[in-house]
Amino acid sequence: MKRKVDILGQRVAPYLFILPAVLFFLTFMLYPIIASLQMSFQPSLHDFSFSLVNYKRMLGDKLVLTAMLNTFQILIVQVPVMLFLALILASILNSQVLLMKDFFRSVLFLPAITSLIAYSILFKILFMETGLINQALEHLNFIKEPILFLREALPAKMTIILAMLWRWTGYNMILFLAGLQSISPSIYEAAAIDGSGPIRNFFQLTLPQLKPVILFASILSTIGTLQLFDEPYILTLGGPANKTLSLALYLYRTGFGNSEFPYASALAYLVVVLIAMLSWLQFKATGKE
Amino acid sequence: MKHKESKISLIFVYLYLSITAFLSLFPFYWIAVGSTQPSQNVYLNPPSLFFGNQFITNFINLNQSRDILRVFWNTSFVSISYTFFTLFVCSMAGFAFAKYDFKGKKIIFGSFMISMMIPFYATVIPLFLLMVKMDLLNTYRAIILPTLASPFGIFLFKQNLESFPSELLEAGRIDGANEFRMFFQLVLPNIPTVISAATIFLFMSQWNNFLWPLIVTNLPHMFTFPVALAGLQGVSVTDYGQIFTGLVLATLPIMIVFLILQKRFIAGMMNGAIK
Repeated sequence: MKRKVDILGQRVAPYLFILPAVLFFLTFMLYPIIASLQMSFQPSLHDFSFSLVNYKRMLGDKLVLTAMLNTFQILIVQVPVMLFLALILASILNSQVLLMKDFFRSVLFLPAITSLIAYSILFKILFMETGLINQALEHLNFIKEPILFLREALPAKMTIILAMLWRWTGYNMILFLAGLQSISPSIYEAAAIDGSGPIRNFFQLTLPQLKPVILFASILSTIGTLQLFDEPYILTLGGPANKTLSLALYLYRTGFGNSEFPYASALAYLVVVLIAMLSWLQFKATGKE
Repeated sequence: MKHKESKISLIFVYLYLSITAFLSLFPFYWIAVGSTQPSQNVYLNPPSLFFGNQFITNFINLNQSRDILRVFWNTSFVSISYTFFTLFVCSMAGFAFAKYDFKGKKIIFGSFMISMMIPFYATVIPLFLLMVKMDLLNTYRAIILPTLASPFGIFLFKQNLESFPSELLEAGRIDGANEFRMFFQLVLPNIPTVISAATIFLFMSQWNNFLWPLIVTNLPHMFTFPVALAGLQGVSVTDYGQIFTGLVLATLPIMIVFLILQKRFIAGMMNGAIK
């Protein structure tokens, strides 16, 4: 008995199932990807002739270099420190003997549920001239004058880094915890027979086993940091003197502040290329498997 | 000897954990306290770390200056409808990719997956111009539409539906159900964990979304929480009582859900890590 091929049947149904997703994809993903690539080669919004003017401008634009440098400085400090802290917390919480594991796990994860805007505002108030942090440091006699955390180049970067550490360490800890739980306990039992201590275990057994998860977490964080926007938007607006300007913030300023859409599109593709390159580099750096 | 050593190291471990836990929790406590204090108390030295009684006043001020109830409604409406429609679109697509063989399946699914690696910035300008052309600025649709076909959502459903027993589907077909009735009456009710994980992830991402709502709304009565909050701290005379209250209102709903559904919540958000 052959089934009738009507639109509710097995042959046509999958196309109908994917139809809404495909339509949305074509309109709001594929079209804009192509359109912004094309626009990045346009001299102006309504002039459709092919030109490299935006990319030439990018090469001579000091702010692009500044924004890239700022982003990389934040990236190169924040990501390793965060992954290191997350790794320590995860291996502690993975221990068998610890009490209240679930409590600590949830508490440490809690910052990850806040919106980027909310926690940025929070850190802005904490770190302002008369803020809690300055008050605390003064009470403890660490400083005499308040530190202008958000108005000097280095402290502003540090504040952004600290804020990101607060927001994301617990999140990465959970990632690592999942990785740790998939390591078979038998390799630790074997190591215990060899008389290997916890620190040696960590470096010789845990780290190599976790390599894929660490790679995954570092690529994720790198991609995230390259798109850094909300934190500098709230905390510093890119200041002082563009010392915390991020690529995304510059893109936003160019596109939606100055309506230079073609140039902003070229900047967007710079971000795409950077993300692709850094992800590839991290893959290569951690071995070919 | 060995026993004593491990006891000492355990004390250090607890100390370290407690300090980290304190650092994680304190800001939440602090904004809660701030929302109950008069605005100028943020300058108090030493700071006041106990709850005051100004929450209602702060709330009324905030509602007068920023129409925060409307903002609350906007954010809720946008997040709920976005989650609902995305679940609908993505679960269907994920089901098709998981359980059917059809021409073009690999290419179409592959395109979805590749698009996960494209940052939003690469599409944001044409998307904005598209919204202008469609005359959708300052509408809920403008906020919701662009990310409706979430590749991550499709991936999540495909991944989890692959293990859905095909015999059940066959049995449904023999009973004469068509493919759609089968999907909605047989498949969806049987995958509550996937749906809850996707719901949490999608809802959170929309509730906290900032850049896109910032771009497509400029009328205060269309603002969502992140946009309204970002606007609050830009004004010249900053009312910290209002800001703290806004932060509490924006964070509390998510936090309550988190406290009720901790395990599911974490699982849902970690699924998002694949994105």
